[in-house]
Amino acid sequence: MDSWKHNRLVFWVLALPGTFWLVVFFLVPLTIIWFMSFGEKVGLLDVNITGTLANYWRTTDPVYLLILWKSAWISTLATALCLLIAYPVAFGICFAPARWRPVMLLLIILPFWINLLIRTYALIAVFRTYGYLNYTLEFFWKLTLLDSFVGPFQPFEFLYNNGAVVTGLVYVYMPFMVLPLYATIERLDRSYLEASLDLGASQFRTLISVTVPLTMPGIVSGIILVFIPCLGSFLTPDLLGGANAVMIGNVIERQFKAANDWPFGAALSFLLMYATFGALALRALLAGRNKQGMAI
Amino acid sequence: MSIEAPLVHRSPVLRWLTSANQQPLDYGRRLWLKVFFGFILFALYSPILTLIAFSFNDSKRNVVWKGFTLKYYAVAWNNSSLVDAFVNSLAIAVMATVVSTVIGATVALMLWRFRFPGKSAYEGFMALPIVIPEICMGVAMLVFFARLGNWMGSFHSGPIFWWHQLFSIWPLSLSAITISHIAFCFPFVAVVVRARMAGFNRELEESSKDLGATEWQTFRHIILPFMQPGLIAGALLAFTLSLDDFVITFFTSGPETVTFPVKVYSLVRRGVSPDINAASTALIVITLVASLVAMKLQAPAKAKKS
Repeated sequence: MDSWKHNRLVFWVLALPGTFWLVVFFLVPLTIIWFMSFGEKVGLLDVNITGTLANYWRTTDPVYLLILWKSAWISTLATALCLLIAYPVAFGICFAPARWRPVMLLLIILPFWINLLIRTYALIAVFRTYGYLNYTLEFFWKLTLLDSFVGPFQPFEFLYNNGAVVTGLVYVYMPFMVLPLYATIERLDRSYLEASLDLGASQFRTLISVTVPLTMPGIVSGIILVFIPCLGSFLTPDLLGGANAVMIGNVIERQFKAANDWPFGAALSFLLMYATFGALALRALLAGRNKQGMAI
Repeated sequence: MSIEAPLVHRSPVLRWLTSANQQPLDYGRRLWLKVFFGFILFALYSPILTLIAFSFNDSKRNVVWKGFTLKYYAVAWNNSSLVDAFVNSLAIAVMATVVSTVIGATVALMLWRFRFPGKSAYEGFMALPIVIPEICMGVAMLVFFARLGNWMGSFHSGPIFWWHQLFSIWPLSLSAITISHIAFCFPFVAVVVRARMAGFNRELEESSKDLGATEWQTFRHIILPFMQPGLIAGALLAFTLSLDDFVITFFTSGPETVTFPVKVYSLVRRGVSPDINAASTALIVITLVASLVAMKLQAPAKAKKS
């Protein structure tokens, strides 16, 4: 690797376009928002930067505190479910015959290439009152003659509640969890598992005391990769949760569109940013403590 | 006389199904793991496959299969605002792909080739658009372009006025969205290209220079051919990311500059209907074809290398 001093011209030609773009069209907008979060609204559109903390104080209002709390636990639940589902999936792929592995991995990743909005829309068609799921349930209801004993089938309301949002988030972000898990389980030295089983540990004991600790870097990466987009999600709670499951993302959107309170929206989005930085710092800390912590 | 093995062990199908003869580490053969994997695939794909199938269904209610039809594709095609949005999306994706591939490649080459003070901080900075929540970037872009527009709109003559007028013409009217897309696409391109360059033998570059080639010649004839598969993969990634983006576009688009996902969003809020299925199917096909082409284009280049 060259020192940049060896060929300053080439260095600057390569460095300038990307740095320029990221500073002007990313860092400057974020800085404006950051300053705005310490400002006050004047009139319809103007914002005075007064250095006030009022916007941040406003988030401790019980209404918003409840939404923050709800966003945190919905994201936590979705991340935990992703982990519980993705771990066996990644494990199964790694221990499948070698020629099947790329195909299985591709099958899990492929839906991720499809538009987020379209996947969410597909879920609405499944879960809505007269959707495919209720239709199937009704079919089985009639098949088992329950309608002649219990009464006609009442369709379930699957949509517009917290459960729908959690399901949607798991459905949409699962591939994010499988990838880092796959990468660490693949590198796992299988002789450790053999040794554990040979020495008399049960399969379950081996999983808890050997496999999970050895694959911890992948687990941590996966949790962060899923938790951050879940916490900041806007589309999934908007379409699947409706008015009953509002998350931070929806409040932010409202401040910038309908409610037109930019400083408060800016403070909320910076709360999200601080949470993101906290999660990333935590990962760096864990990776540093864990010697084989080659996080993805 | 031979002792017959139990039927379970003789039939490959039954052996596969019952996981007979399995070793303790043969997790891949465990029945419950296979069933679980199958169930997950079903859960992942059934909503998308029903969405595609029911775009051909001859029923407005869209729950029961009533027969094959293409009429909802005609409905979607005749919906001019939907087609306009689609054309906007493609124009943005093409412009964003070209620019972000070039910028991403320069960043990747710079990080691959040079040591400089503060390099790890710079790398972290480059990764920021990938890691921060999309909605934060979306609202930041909204405020930035609103401010920029106000400032430019305050001029009534002079170069900035004309510059501002220029940006009201299609496809330049899409530039706010395109600029935001480039800002989150090119770091992805840089990651992909840099991963490709990690496999490059630096001695090739040194010998090229020893033999008297200039920087440009070395780049053109040694580095660029090696980099090409990474460039194509990065470009297609940028194309699909831009085409698919909803959240950031939602905040940077105006009433005149609607993209396909933003249009579909406004339709979806009104409920499920077969013409949305048809339009979505078209987008799914385009994205999947782009990713398959990427794989196809990469395959021969990989074979040549080895």
